[in-house]
Amino acid sequence: MINRFNRDQMAARVASDIPEGAYVNLGIGLPTMVANFLPQERDIFLQSENGLLGMGPQPPAGEEDWELINAGKQAVTLRQGGSYFHHGDSFAMMRGGHIDICVLGAFQVSIRGDLANWHTGEAGTIPAVGGAMDLAVGAKQTFVMMELLTKQGDSKLVETCTYPLTGLSCVSRIYTDLAVFSVGSTGASVIEMVDGLSLDNLRKLTGVPLSEFRGEAESRQ
Amino acid sequence: MIDKSVTSLEAAMGGIANGASVMIGGFGTAGMPDELIDALIARNIGDLTIISNNAGNGETGVAALIKAGRVRKIVCSFPRQADSHHFDAAYRAGRIELELVPQGNLAARIHAAGAGLGAIFTPTGFGTTLAQGKETRRIDGKDYVLELPIHADYALIKAHKGDRWGNLIYRKTARNFGPIMAMAAKTTIAQVAEIVPLGDLDPEVIVTPGIFVQRVVEVAPAYLAATA
Repeated sequence: MINRFNRDQMAARVASDIPEGAYVNLGIGLPTMVANFLPQERDIFLQSENGLLGMGPQPPAGEEDWELINAGKQAVTLRQGGSYFHHGDSFAMMRGGHIDICVLGAFQVSIRGDLANWHTGEAGTIPAVGGAMDLAVGAKQTFVMMELLTKQGDSKLVETCTYPLTGLSCVSRIYTDLAVFSVGSTGASVIEMVDGLSLDNLRKLTGVPLSEFRGEAESRQ
Repeated sequence: MIDKSVTSLEAAMGGIANGASVMIGGFGTAGMPDELIDALIARNIGDLTIISNNAGNGETGVAALIKAGRVRKIVCSFPRQADSHHFDAAYRAGRIELELVPQGNLAARIHAAGAGLGAIFTPTGFGTTLAQGKETRRIDGKDYVLELPIHADYALIKAHKGDRWGNLIYRKTARNFGPIMAMAAKTTIAQVAEIVPLGDLDPEVIVTPGIFVQRVVEVAPAYLAATA
């Protein structure tokens, strides 16, 4: 019996790897949930691409200010000590290497850390990229949070991405419902798995070469 | 005496003609200068190139401009949204051209225009389809893409307060693209919730100095009633 992580457990797992003092950008969708699991007593600075540092939780219903929103265009609040800035500065924070960690969703991640998360490339779909490419290559560390398998059972951790790329060699960690992976120039390794899963199971499910994680030195890119 | 304030939205739109390139501030509806856009629609001109982060939300702002058929081309980062139906319809019907630009490159290219730079080398987009055919260069072991500045004839932006010299301050995340678009356009038109007497804005906190702003028009704030 495999004890697959639910989305809350995945978000809590990502949150546990975010240290005090980190400047963090959470992508729209699943990664937004990580904020719910960051301990209040830990000073972690959430950045939102639309010009906000020190982002707080959603306001109570009826107290929304639609000039205070996050990247997903939801109403948010500003923590004491927070600040506002324009788009030039916001993306300088990313490209300039000032953001410590960004957490993004993904369609596919390759074992070398290539990311595909902005476009399926299907005919008839309207592409939209937003800040994904800037975040992926700009943040000091890019984490991906995703379910490991598609609804059809295909692995989203792949040898080579088949969807259009967001960035090359930019992802260092992948947090999924079944395992946490390190990816990079030396390939993919497994940091941990949920109960009931073996490395061999995981190799079969993903179809990619996987080693056991042997510490941070290995994952340096 | 220099007074950049204009008394009507109609007067604020003076000179904008067919085929103009127009930057429009805002991220979603935050900072979207809806009343300026309504005045632009009322001017009855078209063939516009719009530079804005999104391609319109719901029925107002850029969405209304697209619905009215005034936009030939849009340069933006995130057109497809749950409520971008007017853009989606125009795009699928082939009535509007799309130049998709990563959001940070959009900001950097706008800023480059305002700062007088001939181009920028950016790491964003390297190796992706959005950089296809573009010049690249490896600098200190890192790969960059050459991107050109984005200029515009006009910028329509929304700020919180302004004065007759065009100095502006903004409100919360409605600031977004306003300050850099003000720099990049030949003529920047700002709608503000309040025009205050010269000297009322603390010089230490003025975000956009008046040199970047040509017209200021007061529009009673609608933000409390607005929706996402």
